[in-house]
Order: sequence, then structure tokens, then C-alpha cells
Amino acid sequence: MHSPNTRPISVTVDLTHKTAYRPFIADADVAIQSADITPAQEAETILANLPLEPTVERIAIKHLDLFYGSFQALKDINLSIASNQITAFIGPSGCGKSTLIKSLNRMNDLIDGCRHTGAILLDGIDIDTGINVNLLRKRVGMVFQKPNPFPMNVYDNVAFGPRTHGIKGKAQLDEAVEKALVDAALFDELKDRLKENALGLSGGQQQRLCIARALAVQPEVLLMDEPTSALDPISTARIEELVVQLKEHLTIVIVTHNMQQAARISDKTAFFLLGELIEAAPTQDIFMMPQDERTADYVAGRFG
Amino acid sequence: MLGKLILSFLPRASTPSGEPSSSENSPLPAATAPSEASPSPGASLPPGAPQKPKVSGALKEKLAHIVFFIAASICIVAVVLICFFLFANGVPAIVQIGLPEFLTGDVWRPSSGEYGIFPMILGSLYVTAGAIVLGVPIGILCAIYLSTFASRRSVRLVQPGIELLAGIPSVVYGFFGLVVLVPLIRVFFDSFFGMHIQGMSILTAAIILAIMILPTIITISKAAIDAVPESYYEGALALGAEHERCVFRVMVPAALSGIMAAIILGVGRAIGETMAVVMVVGNQTHIPDSLLDGARTLTGNIVLEMGYAADLHREALIATAVVLFVFILLINLLFNVVKRGAKI
Repeated sequence: MHSPNTRPISVTVDLTHKTAYRPFIADADVAIQSADITPAQEAETILANLPLEPTVERIAIKHLDLFYGSFQALKDINLSIASNQITAFIGPSGCGKSTLIKSLNRMNDLIDGCRHTGAILLDGIDIDTGINVNLLRKRVGMVFQKPNPFPMNVYDNVAFGPRTHGIKGKAQLDEAVEKALVDAALFDELKDRLKENALGLSGGQQQRLCIARALAVQPEVLLMDEPTSALDPISTARIEELVVQLKEHLTIVIVTHNMQQAARISDKTAFFLLGELIEAAPTQDIFMMPQDERTADYVAGRFG
Repeated sequence: MLGKLILSFLPRASTPSGEPSSSENSPLPAATAPSEASPSPGASLPPGAPQKPKVSGALKEKLAHIVFFIAASICIVAVVLICFFLFANGVPAIVQIGLPEFLTGDVWRPSSGEYGIFPMILGSLYVTAGAIVLGVPIGILCAIYLSTFASRRSVRLVQPGIELLAGIPSVVYGFFGLVVLVPLIRVFFDSFFGMHIQGMSILTAAIILAIMILPTIITISKAAIDAVPESYYEGALALGAEHERCVFRVMVPAALSGIMAAIILGVGRAIGETMAVVMVVGNQTHIPDSLLDGARTLTGNIVLEMGYAADLHREALIATAVVLFVFILLINLLFNVVKRGAKI
């Protein structure tokens, strides 16, 4: 990955001979649409196409109030989720952390009487108004608390997402399935069991299969709602390892009850209490020098 | 039939269980102390001998156990008795007529000693198949609609309708068929195809039966789809699938064995239905050669002739019931196999 200042900005390129300069341009990942754009415009295009650096904001939550009927589950949440980082939501049961993560891919739409004010922006686009909900869920994948593979074979489980989004050719599907399984560190274990029913896998394998299934649609963000709470320590360790690997390509948001887990894997931690975001900071700061007394009490295990 | 037996037994079953336990408790009010959760006097009385409640509790448990056991045994006894009666009375006739002649003979003429039930077997199969072809798609789609698409208000509207459909006596269905469907089919085929048919036909019976099996198929399919874990739906939705895709590619396949079970029960219901079919199917004892031809079913054969049959004729009718019984047994076997598949 290039950082912005080392990237060759090809404003001086003679655009009428663009084929000759392909090697340079390809290096900059820039698709030049037409020959008559100004250098300034081109510079802008290049900047817009730069790979997102870790500090780039991927999701912004702005003044989010969420209600279940008359009960207010989230109170004025403001939070920024950075690209290619693991953001952990912690807090005691009922603090709203699961509600918040489910808002990020609009799974709360399923719940009757759930409404919200404020906005959630994905790359600056309001997820409620600016994007089709199915496309949003393609870009923002989710892994649930309890492994929920479909009652079909391993292959069909992983292929479900790509098929949903219009991939039909067998070769393409095979490739997508293999890639997802490799990414989820499952391929070696399951490559000979692709036609077996997924419900016959162990709990840890099922959960990694669910991760593979989510990865198969190539999401940009992966939401994980207590992904290891139903698993044994060894499976948990494997998933944690996997999650850390995945952040290279993905933005990950993880809800966890397990503070050690948050401390081990996350880059940023947000602490919630009774529907309020008490504190959000780099994970080290939250655990080593929390600013709020309630955060300090919680991470020290004095309540929760 | 079994259900009726159980039902008729239930009220009697509750009295013996109620009486002994109360007569046992009255001399020992302490037995109904707070732990027994009885709202009556016990609570205000001082705690008596602490051992006694235990003894009476154990006795009560034993009594309840016996009562339940008797209730369960009666079902089994009924099944065994029916089985025994049918086979004891029917098998000799089959032996006398000869199994191949009985099953594959295409002439049923008791007056001249010809007992071939092949036309009736075909009649039953055709009518049932017709009912399945018409009823199953409607029933399953209705179940899917009720379970995954319908608003709560429309469920509230449709559900009682289906329950009512299940409760209508079959003679009423038959009557409806006779006065509405039969003339309708007669006029329809007359005016559109110039065919002069009587109207009492396999098609008519199949339509009536299709309506009659709808409640069975809808209720059981709906239960199967409702039982699919919500997490499958959420999982599919979270991958960006639309509602329809979640339903038809995940929920329905997951409920498939339950839906199959519903279809099989529907088949059982259709093949055993008698009254409504007899009223609209024509009851001719020849091999039907089209959907618009009349036919006779196994059940119809029994009910139409049992009143006046005697000797071998009578036994041949019981043997017809044996054949029907074997069909039902096979269907139940299939049902159990499919249901076992549902659990894996």
C-alpha cells in the first residue's frame, strides 16, 4: 500500500497517449475516464481512489436516538468507526451495544416499533436514505451471536451470498467459495467436506463458516455480535486470530461481553451503559486510563 | 376414529384421577400445605406431620401414572382391535377370491360372484392424486403467505377461515359439490367444449377433496415454516438477500420435511374421505377413462354396499377396507420416515 505522499500523481501525463502510460497509471489505481479533464480534477480523482488508510472514517454515527416503542434504547450516540480497525463495543447486558450494532446494517428494521432519529453514515452516505437496504447489507456483513449456518451443505452456505448478488457461473462460484473459506481459515479443514451438511460441523467451525459466508459477498464492514459467546476457549481463540487477520481488508465492529477479548483484539473500544455511550477511545486508553469513573469501574470488574 | 376414542375416554379419565386424590387429601389437610399449591384451606392450618405429604404425593403420582397409562393403552388396544377385526374378517375373503383376482380384477359384480376392486383402487388413486395436484400448491403457498408475508391483520382474518374449513362436516362439502360444482362442471364443459357430461366425475371429487385437505396442509406446513429458526432468516437477510429470497431459498427448504409431512397427511385424509366423494364422484364400478368420467373409490364401495351385503359380498367389502387400511399404513410409514428426516 502506498501512502498518499509517495504515490506518483500523474498530473503531467499526456492524456492523449494514455495507453502508452498505462503502467504508470495502473500503479495509481486510477481509471481515466476522458482526455479532457483538468489536472486539478485528475488529482482529485486520484485522491478519491486512494486506498483508505487506517485513520479514514468508515462509519459515522451522528446523534442517534433509538426507541423500542416508548423505551429509549440508545441516547444521542456519536461515534466514528475507522476503516481497517477493530472497534469493540463493551458494556453490561441491556446497555444497547447489540442494538447499536444491529442499527449499522439496519437489522433493527425487523423489529416492530423500532424507530430512530439522527443518522448513520457509511462513507458519508446516510444508510437510511442514501442506499438500498440489501446493498447496504452486502457492504456491511454480519456474524451473529449463535452460529446460524443454513441447513444445507457447506458449499451452498458460502455460495448463498454470491448467488444472491447475481453470480451464477459455476467457476465463479467455486472461486468465491474457495476464497471465502480460505479467508476464514476454513478451507483446509473443509475442502473435502463441502457437500456435507453444515449443521454437522462443530460449533466453532459453524461460526467460522458463518464468517466465511459473510466474507463471500466481499463486505467492507463486518459486524460481529458476540461471535464467540457460544463457543469454547479454543474456538474463541481461533476466531480472535481470524478477526485480527481480517482487519487488513475489512473494518470490523465487534460486540463482546468479554473484556479480555476487547482488550486482546480491538484497536478502539466504546463503552456503553444504559443506552449511553460513556466513553470511546483507543483500547489501551480505555483499559489503562479510562477518563470516566463508570468506565473505570466496569473495566475493573466492579459491576456488570 | 382414534381421536374420538381418546376424547370419549378423557372425561372419564379425569374423574377417577380427581376423586381419589381429593378423598385422600381431605383427611390430611396438611398434605395440601403451601408446597402443594392448592388455594383451598390448607394454608391456614398449622403444619401437621411433615412426612405425610410426601407419602400422599408419591401415591398421587402413582395414581396419575396409572391413569395416563390406561389412557395410552386404550389407544393402542383400539388400534390393535381394529387391525385384528379387519384382517380376521377380510383376509379369508381375499383368500377365497384369490389375491390377484381381488386386487387386479376389473369387474365388480357381486351378484355373479365377481369381486375385482381394481377400478376402485384406481378411482381412489385418481381422486387423491387430483386432490393433491390441486390442493398442495394452494395449501403450501397459503401457508408460506400466512407464515412469512401476511400482515398480522390478514392472518387474523384468514386463520379462522381455515379453522372453519377444517370443521365443516364432509357431508356438507359433498352437498356443496352436488348442488354447485356438479352443475358448474356440466355447464362449463357443455358450453366451452360441447361435451355432454353428467358432472359427477373424478374432477369434481378432486376439487372437493382439494378444498377439504387444504386445512391439513396449511396448518401443518405453516407450523413447519414457523418452526424454522428466526436466525436462518436473519442470516440470509444480513447477506443482503431480499425477503422473497430468504423465504424461498432458506426458510421453505428448511421446512421441507415438515411440508412433505403435511402433504402425506393430506394424502391420508384424501384417500380416506368417504361421504363427500360418494356424493359427487358418480360411483360407477368401471375403470375410468378420463378425468370427466365417473368412478368409485374404495371407501365409496364399502359405504354404498355394506347396508345390504351378505356372506362373501360382505367379506369382500371388509377386504376392501383391508386394502384401504394397508394404504393408510403405508402412508403413515412414509410420514414417519419423513418426520424422522425433519429432525436431522
